[in-house]
Amino acid sequence: MIAKRIIPCLDIKDGQTVKGINFVNIKEVGDPVELGAKYAREGADELVYLDITATHEKRKLFTDLVKRIALHLNIPFTVGGGINEISDADRLLSAGADKISVNSSAVRNPQLIEDIASGYGSQFVVTAIDARLEEDGKWWVYVNGGRIRTEKELFSWAWEAQERGTGEILFTSMNHDGTKSGFACEALATLSENLSIPIIASGGAGQLQHFSEVFSRGKADAALAASIFHFNEIPIPVLKDYLRNQNIVVR
Amino acid sequence: MKVAVIKYNAGNIRSVGFALDRLGIKAEITDDFDYIRKADKVIFPGVGEASTTMKHIRANGLDTLIKSLKQPVLGICLGQQLLCSHSEEGDTDCIGIFDVPVLKFPPLLKVPHMGWNCLHDTHGDLFAAIPANSYVYFVHSYYVPLCENTAASCEYITRFSAALQKDNFFATQFHPEKSGHIGHLILKSFIEL
Repeated sequence: MIAKRIIPCLDIKDGQTVKGINFVNIKEVGDPVELGAKYAREGADELVYLDITATHEKRKLFTDLVKRIALHLNIPFTVGGGINEISDADRLLSAGADKISVNSSAVRNPQLIEDIASGYGSQFVVTAIDARLEEDGKWWVYVNGGRIRTEKELFSWAWEAQERGTGEILFTSMNHDGTKSGFACEALATLSENLSIPIIASGGAGQLQHFSEVFSRGKADAALAASIFHFNEIPIPVLKDYLRNQNIVVR
Repeated sequence: MKVAVIKYNAGNIRSVGFALDRLGIKAEITDDFDYIRKADKVIFPGVGEASTTMKHIRANGLDTLIKSLKQPVLGICLGQQLLCSHSEEGDTDCIGIFDVPVLKFPPLLKVPHMGWNCLHDTHGDLFAAIPANSYVYFVHSYYVPLCENTAASCEYITRFSAALQKDNFFATQFHPEKSGHIGHLILKSFIEL
């Protein structure tokens, strides 16, 4: 059986790993390459490196950091942040990234997903979506690190991204992110049932049971978290043992 | 030890080079026929689309070169598929080392098959050091059915060939260079053949 994936996310700012709480209040947590290698040793299935300042400040990801990561890491990793055109994707592929994630740039220019998918394959493109459930009962998509609300709605945008060739959806619930109160299981299950590509759940991990819920009730293919791993609140081997005991297939 | 990684229009070849680095091997990523012929080991990696890639390979005569090689050759992912006879992807005639076609997964589960899955029925030279049911990393939408050259199998939608072996030709559908410690051991076994 294919295993459910556990994906630590490393937010990168100025070459260091940080974790924002509700996208603000940034704390430093360590060297991205060292931390990534530690997670790989502990049983992480994949890693995501996001340049969280890239979109806002229009900075390119440090390609050299990606090269260092690729050299040291023996599991797949995704790089995101500041990928605005196909040349950015090309540069990161050449540096050794296995996948790239697009977020704000794809909302502004959905053609970007098609361009990257047709050039490098669907498996290379992850579409990251930050969305917030609002009082009208709809999940609205935000861009620029959660700063700007768009006219797009989560489910239709995720469907469009799939039709344009994205290989995976990484959905972050802004309502849940940083709260440690569990993942947005209902919305995740809807995504997973409506789409035929893998769904990565993000936002809200705080306890072991949140992970079993996101895989059973949320039907997610992978779960992403940051601070609980960075601050060693839930060590990956403990999480994997717990999931195995819950009869969830993990590596 | 001279290891050649065949360079062609495929994605993420660099990561194979990095994985060999971690084994202490400085591989040459090259399209130089002479270098490839004289190498001790040849790796034929690949991420991409079959018909476009085969066109490129034929135009450069790489198909004839690969068939003529006598040293151990390892095809990875698309590399495995291109060593087979034919692929349903773009209705493509392939290099034909392994006499088996490459088929598209029926969409009974999510396709591509992406993530970590178990190896079963492992045998052959690459898997001597690999415990049963080890997990390795796959990303693919097309698969090689079980055949007489199957060296490991995997279960997703159907039971398929996770690895092949015939004479001096080896192939894996998964990415050993991305498969953690198990992948490291498989590449090490190939290098030490």
